[in-house]
Amino acid sequence: MNKFRMQQAALGLALACVLGLAQAQTPATPDDSLFRALGGLPVIERVVQDFMDNMLADARIRHTFDNSNVKRVREKLVEQFCQLSGGGCIYTGDPMREVHQGLKLSNADFNALVEDLQLAMDKNGIPSRTQNRLLALLAPMQRETVSR
Amino acid sequence: MKKITKSGAFALLATLSAPGWAQLSDADREAWMQAQQRKAAQAMRAAPGPVSSGAAATAPEPAADQDKTRWMPDLGKLTATGGVIQVEGAGGGGLTPWALITGYGTRDSYGANAHYTYLSTQDYTLKSYGVAVGILDRLELSLAKQEFYGSLAPLADLKITQDIVGIKLKLAGDAVYDQDRWLPQIAVGAMFKHNNGIGGLGTVTSVKQLGAASDAGIDYYLSATKLLLEQSLLLNGTLRLTKANQMGLLGFGGDLNDRYQAMGEISAAYMINRKLALGVEYRMKPRNLAADHEKDYYDAFLAWFPSKNLSMTLAYVALGDITVYNPKRQRGVYLSLQAGF
Repeated sequence: MNKFRMQQAALGLALACVLGLAQAQTPATPDDSLFRALGGLPVIERVVQDFMDNMLADARIRHTFDNSNVKRVREKLVEQFCQLSGGGCIYTGDPMREVHQGLKLSNADFNALVEDLQLAMDKNGIPSRTQNRLLALLAPMQRETVSR
Repeated sequence: MKKITKSGAFALLATLSAPGWAQLSDADREAWMQAQQRKAAQAMRAAPGPVSSGAAATAPEPAADQDKTRWMPDLGKLTATGGVIQVEGAGGGGLTPWALITGYGTRDSYGANAHYTYLSTQDYTLKSYGVAVGILDRLELSLAKQEFYGSLAPLADLKITQDIVGIKLKLAGDAVYDQDRWLPQIAVGAMFKHNNGIGGLGTVTSVKQLGAASDAGIDYYLSATKLLLEQSLLLNGTLRLTKANQMGLLGFGGDLNDRYQAMGEISAAYMINRKLALGVEYRMKPRNLAADHEKDYYDAFLAWFPSKNLSMTLAYVALGDITVYNPKRQRGVYLSLQAGF
């Protein structure tokens, strides 16, 4: 009886070690629930496409892309949304502060962008609750992007 | 020029260390380099000092636009993030002021609105109307008038009115952007209230005859509002120092108590979507008058924001019994319309 228990304990310990090791090997196992709720990469790509189209048609902020490589911005946005939502991508763009520093963006500009993103997410059938989860991750970027 | 060389060196360093670089195709690298060059050009244009004529030709255009629109309201806040106007004229929910500054002006602009609120219980009606402005998303000024009517004998002809001037100053935090911080948006405010007396009650023409110590008073409050976007929830807590009986409709201070007391007020709202919020509120009240077993207020509301220019709030409210002469607990419907920018 006792021996059996010891065996169990040893097994448990070994299992814990293996799990611990596994955890150590993949340090930040990201929670990908938001990525999945959004609909994965295909939906994120469509959202970003619509988002970009909305911004380029938005008289309030389209001039901020005058000197941008729109294709590249779109790609970096996909990477960023994918990474933020736990999809395992890596954002390879420049730091947000650096990208936006010359643009002298205002809070109104930032919010206009948010509205364009909300419309893009609406169009792709993303529920409000899920939209807000993504926006919660993006909102603090106001401090890095708004400089006016 | 030195700055650009430095940033160039930094870019090179970043390039070498970027894990994603190796995965980029040649076309992507090309695009990235072009973007970097454009960025450098942009930085040069933005830099003060002599500018080449070619770049200067395009630069003044948006600046001129900005000059033209500088004094225009920007409607720049996100829908619903200015809250609605509460029953005393301040930006908030239905019964409680919040730390949000009313209107849709960002910190570079201003907003304003007018509201009309109709609250009807079994035996009483309260109408409230007024205007409010939000300046630089920092300061809020409001004017409101409350009219209180009875509909059941012997108070069938009762009419009490009061004027409220409100001021609110945002002190810290941002309810929308600070999603990664625990700090809520915090504001302090004051409501200067003046009761205009009682009509329709024979010889009783002043709230002082009902036991109130004064027909004017000031409420002071501290509000904290936190928007939890991840949960689609908005929470507000307000601490109010007050002497007001039934918000001031029955005067200030009384035969039982004439000191300032701290009253807690809480609100919670769930954002169903950008245009609909469903919430509840609770507001503590003092008990200063022998003639009024004053009760706490509470409500459940649905606020609809069809656009940034219009909102409608529908609520079920419970006000408790208003006077000892009519012990019936007053409950009813609250409807508020708001138009502005």
